[in-house]
Amino acid sequence: MSSPGVPLLEVLNLEVSYGGIAALKGISFAVEEGEMVALIGANGAGKTSTLKALARLLPARGSIRFRGEELAALPSHALIGRGLALVPEGRGVFARLSVAENLSMGAYSRSDPAGIVADLERVHELLPRLYERRRQLAGTLSGGEQQMLALGRALMGRPKLLLLDEPSMGLAPLMVHQVFETIRAVAATGVTVLLVEQNARLALETASRGYVMESGRIILADSAALLLADPRVREAYLGE
Amino acid sequence: MDTFLQQIINGLTLGSIYALVALGYTMVYGILGLINFAHGEVVMIGALTALAVIKPLAGAGLPGPLALLAGAAVAILVCMALGFAIERVAYRPLRHAPRLAPLITAIGVSMVLQQLAMIIWGRNYHSFPALLPATPRELGGAQITDLQIMIVVVAILMMAGLALLVNRTRLGRAMRATAENPEIAGLMGVDANHIIALTFVIGSALAAVAGVMVSANYGIAHYNMGFILGLKAFTAAVLGGIGNLAGAMFGGILLGLIEALGAGYIGDLTGGFLGSDYQDVFAFFVLIVVLIFRPSGLMGEKVSERA
Ligand SMILES: Nc1ncnc2c1ncn2[C@@H]1O[C@H](COP(=O)(O)OP(=O)(O)OP(=O)(O)O)[C@@H](O)[C@H]1O
Ligand SMILES: [Mg+2]
Repeated sequence: MSSPGVPLLEVLNLEVSYGGIAALKGISFAVEEGEMVALIGANGAGKTSTLKALARLLPARGSIRFRGEELAALPSHALIGRGLALVPEGRGVFARLSVAENLSMGAYSRSDPAGIVADLERVHELLPRLYERRRQLAGTLSGGEQQMLALGRALMGRPKLLLLDEPSMGLAPLMVHQVFETIRAVAATGVTVLLVEQNARLALETASRGYVMESGRIILADSAALLLADPRVREAYLGE
Repeated sequence: MDTFLQQIINGLTLGSIYALVALGYTMVYGILGLINFAHGEVVMIGALTALAVIKPLAGAGLPGPLALLAGAAVAILVCMALGFAIERVAYRPLRHAPRLAPLITAIGVSMVLQQLAMIIWGRNYHSFPALLPATPRELGGAQITDLQIMIVVVAILMMAGLALLVNRTRLGRAMRATAENPEIAGLMGVDANHIIALTFVIGSALAAVAGVMVSANYGIAHYNMGFILGLKAFTAAVLGGIGNLAGAMFGGILLGLIEALGAGYIGDLTGGFLGSDYQDVFAFFVLIVVLIFRPSGLMGEKVSERA
């Protein structure tokens, strides 16, 4: 549907500040339809602020064009209907709702019952654990299961672009592996992904392109393979 | 006469009313974390509005139950509009203000509504006509009136309806999700403003019904009846665990029973030193005791911090 040459998401001079202190100092980047892009950087670089600004959870200056539409003027709750979903840092599952209820919240903005049922089946296939635990309160799930739930819930909104904030955070290595397998599977279905990660190696091995952030700026942009080979990245983010 | 059973009946009646009002406090607290101290005045406006409709209708010879129904219907509509307006005017502009600000506004709204009611209806106590057959029924040595039966039944139906709405519908799910985390619910497409407005409207409808019940039960309505009733219902909500719907229902009924039993036995207990006009003391005494041992109320869970 997007015309050739126009990226799915195009961000220009995005600025965010917290009480006068600039966290994003005018960053610009783009995400093409169908690709997975990683956004890496040290603690406090501004990765979460970027995603929150995109999801309209923070007041920001600059332009956010998504599928040809300016998002900067829209309220947060209008975004999922336009195809943009955020899985926030720390997952944000509704602890006092059951797993099944969390998933139906993901489809809150939709009004195609048949499509919702089909997507629920798809999510259950992708994440069988969620089906087993569907009656359980989300707050009683393990961290990994909560991450799966947050992912499944976001998919229930049938997003075009999925923003993921630190999906590996606080998970055991085996769980990280599973979560990233799922993310790859989701991307393989054609969902565009913007992946924020502290685990830079994992992120760059999963994504096709990457941006490196430092102190509120994007300092490097390249293909994932070239970033993995870049000595600056290797030294600062891959611990070599 | 069986005093114990009689006080249980009276307590259930009173408790049903407290429960309906307590639900309004607890729903708003659950979603906004604020105590809507103007809620008691909504009950009062409900009672006086119903009375204004009922008097001419009953005077024109409309059967009592029909007049009561018409009065309640109008009261519900007026209170829903009022609840909507209170949220819009008094609370929404202060959504991100420090906690103390909306508390002060709440008190302000409360005073405005009382003054308004005083201007419209005067300072007098208005007698609320008896609209249902007054002859009580015998029940195991105690007496129960049709009005009491109606109050308890209607309250149960409304609470069941609310529980269904909140626990079984898409809208109720959105309400619970918003109460837990409005930002994330927004990401799912929930417009928190709609949910918050709806919460006030539903709470106010329950308050209107409670207002009609309480004035029908005591046969009286006046412009400052909302204050102490609101305070009691708030107590009931805290007793049950504020923010918890089942807690508000339970706390309301419990408070009604405690008060009724207290009023029935206080004379005997104190050797005639204290009369039943001290029944109000019971409510607050119980509240203090409960809060000492269970600061989050009887059914309030200690909710863990968000991840
Ligand atoms: N609510 C806030 N109030 C004030 N400053 C904030 C707030 N949130 C973030 N910041 C600051 O903004 C900067 C960017 O933070 P951000 O959370 O975007 O970083 P991040 O790259 O996501 O870091 P991490 O890897 O630790 O999650 C940091 O300096 C942080 O201290
Ligand atoms: Mg972060």
